[in-house]
Amino acid sequence: MSTPLHRHSHAIQTLLDGKADAAKVDAFLKGRTFPLVEGGAVTFVFRGEAEGVTLRHWIYGLESQTALSRIANTDLWYLILDGIPPCSRVEYKLELHRHGHSAWIEDPLNPNRARDPFGANSVLHSEGYEVPNWTKPDPDARPGVMEPFKFDSKALGSTRHGLVYLPARFRKSRLYPLLVVHDGSDYLKYAAMKPVLDNLIHRLEIPDMIVAFTDSPDRLREYANDAEHAKFLTEELLPDLTKRLPILDRPQARCLMGASFGAVAAFSTAVRYPNIWGRLLLQSGSFAFTDIGKRNRRGPLFDQVVAFVNQYRENPSAISERVFVSCGVYESLIYENRSLVPILDATGMQVRFVEARDGHNWENWRDRLREGLSWLFPGPLMFIYE
Amino acid sequence: MPSSPRAIVLLGAQRYEPTLAEAVAELGVTGKIATITAGWQEREAEDDDLQEHLDHRTVNLRLHARAEEVFRADPELHEAHRARQSVLRHRQDFYRVRLEHALDAQHVITQRAAPHAILEDEGRASIDAIRDLDNRHLARCARDHREWEEQWRPLERPEIAKHRKEIAELIEGCEAVAIAGGHVASLLNRLSLFGIKELLRGKAIFAWCGGAMAISERVVLFHDSPPQGPGAAEVLDAGLGLARNVVVLPQPEFRLRLEDKDRVQVMVRRFAPAACLALPARTRVTWLSGVPQSPHGVVELRDDGSHGPIVYRPLASSVRIPIARPPGAAKKGKPS
Repeated sequence: MSTPLHRHSHAIQTLLDGKADAAKVDAFLKGRTFPLVEGGAVTFVFRGEAEGVTLRHWIYGLESQTALSRIANTDLWYLILDGIPPCSRVEYKLELHRHGHSAWIEDPLNPNRARDPFGANSVLHSEGYEVPNWTKPDPDARPGVMEPFKFDSKALGSTRHGLVYLPARFRKSRLYPLLVVHDGSDYLKYAAMKPVLDNLIHRLEIPDMIVAFTDSPDRLREYANDAEHAKFLTEELLPDLTKRLPILDRPQARCLMGASFGAVAAFSTAVRYPNIWGRLLLQSGSFAFTDIGKRNRRGPLFDQVVAFVNQYRENPSAISERVFVSCGVYESLIYENRSLVPILDATGMQVRFVEARDGHNWENWRDRLREGLSWLFPGPLMFIYE
Repeated sequence: MPSSPRAIVLLGAQRYEPTLAEAVAELGVTGKIATITAGWQEREAEDDDLQEHLDHRTVNLRLHARAEEVFRADPELHEAHRARQSVLRHRQDFYRVRLEHALDAQHVITQRAAPHAILEDEGRASIDAIRDLDNRHLARCARDHREWEEQWRPLERPEIAKHRKEIAELIEGCEAVAIAGGHVASLLNRLSLFGIKELLRGKAIFAWCGGAMAISERVVLFHDSPPQGPGAAEVLDAGLGLARNVVVLPQPEFRLRLEDKDRVQVMVRRFAPAACLALPARTRVTWLSGVPQSPHGVVELRDDGSHGPIVYRPLASSVRIPIARPPGAAKKGKPS
């Protein structure tokens, strides 16, 4: 797939065919945005002195590091990846090797960045991909209100803080569905969840809803099928929110959602409390399992998850009504998610599975929110004709 | 007093380029006009533009606000009403589950390679199965409504009776009634709660978008491109039944994929013999004392999956709302 020496015609060919120099490099770079997308071919470039430059990306199935080649007589490094499917989003970094050290940097020639709890990555948008406009703040969409909350959990033995989203036209006399979001702060910071909610409500694609954003100080433990965490959500937080806020008292109006381990937390809580949470939104769930033995290749961090998923696969049952599952095809968890879907489906739950040409990252999860939320909670769009 | 409205006008969206005043003038309505904006729910009273458009000859019947007053004054009825709405939500949910499977089956069968005659026959069977689901759903809803009304007799309860008397007096003083769109389920609910249908006798009715849907026989919710994937049109409930044998499809500009012949064909066959009429903005179709007038741009969906201007065709005697015919065409049928 990577072809430093290529057969097809790419724009960079002009530098490779002739004797390149600094002026020609300047001319090549001028007016272009990088990485350069030409159909399915993508040219990454880096300009600067180095002993080596490596592309680091998170596309499962491809070599995670591929060296760029230096064009003779210049300080320009390049790499062409052929066959990048349309509508792909690929997060990456460049690794510079200088003076015996290496450092990962964001691509200085690429303005597209995706932030995450670890910093930021550069992002390749292949042909056809556009950042959905419903993820950007819309001045016409009346903003909902975020209110902080604090909860002393007996189950967890600690005080938890979170945020509650109230829709713009919130009225105490109305009843609303409830969505509980794991890793809530990250969904707000990195997946634009606030403008997404404002916009989808404004567009009538989801109903006015109350959303509780929760976090965990120890997510790898608490989100991995932890009984106390499930108890906190279902026996403590849910009753407390229902007491304080006008929340519809029926399973169809309650949803748990999360990504990665957060999806495991959502799913395992619903399994522990069947038919309480009538809607589940599971993004890139870390649903590791084994067909033989107890230890998954992912290591001991996943042992609890493997035990849980194996147990559910052994004895699957309908624990919710509607389950939306999404996963990126460029993440290794696509195998686990594809494997889970037919099992969920066979229980009689309504399941919708969406794959995206993206990886295990927050903007992938952001981009799937519209189809997930609107399928789980169809808004009044079908009812309003004016 | 006549047993039905004097005339019915179904219009496209009025929000940006209203044509209601033209339609009112065309019918020669010069008196007061009662307006129903209950589909706007809490924004019911925000009708300044509508009032201005109709030269302030309007009186808003405030059906949404009146319902809220009724529920406050009669909590027992309110609770019963909520319980019925919950039943109806369940009905709709289960109907939708069945419907999606039936539509999937219809789609799969359509894609199969088989002798033409068999495909034709199986295609009809698929549509029949969908029609059967629609009809059963309507029948269940009708039964739920009937049982609820028998148990609670809403029109006999003092609070509703008081409001209904006021509404009747207001309508009596008007020459026409204009019914705006909005949330069609909420609108239909308020129209039914106050027994509005019987109060419209002899009046000219102007109804657009959700309002036009609510006065038809059968309210069909539709959107071919909702965010969650290909949408399945679904029957909500019976409407007031003033406009018969027509399925009203407002806002086709962004709700219908009219170029998708398969979808159009399924829609038409599913609801036949009712005519599926798409009403883009600035369009309308009028019946004056049962005589059809120029359809003003209304689009008819056709059995072969195409669509185009409404054309005249002879109607069965049971069909009360006629299809409009172009000027000069021979008058046939007996529309009411």
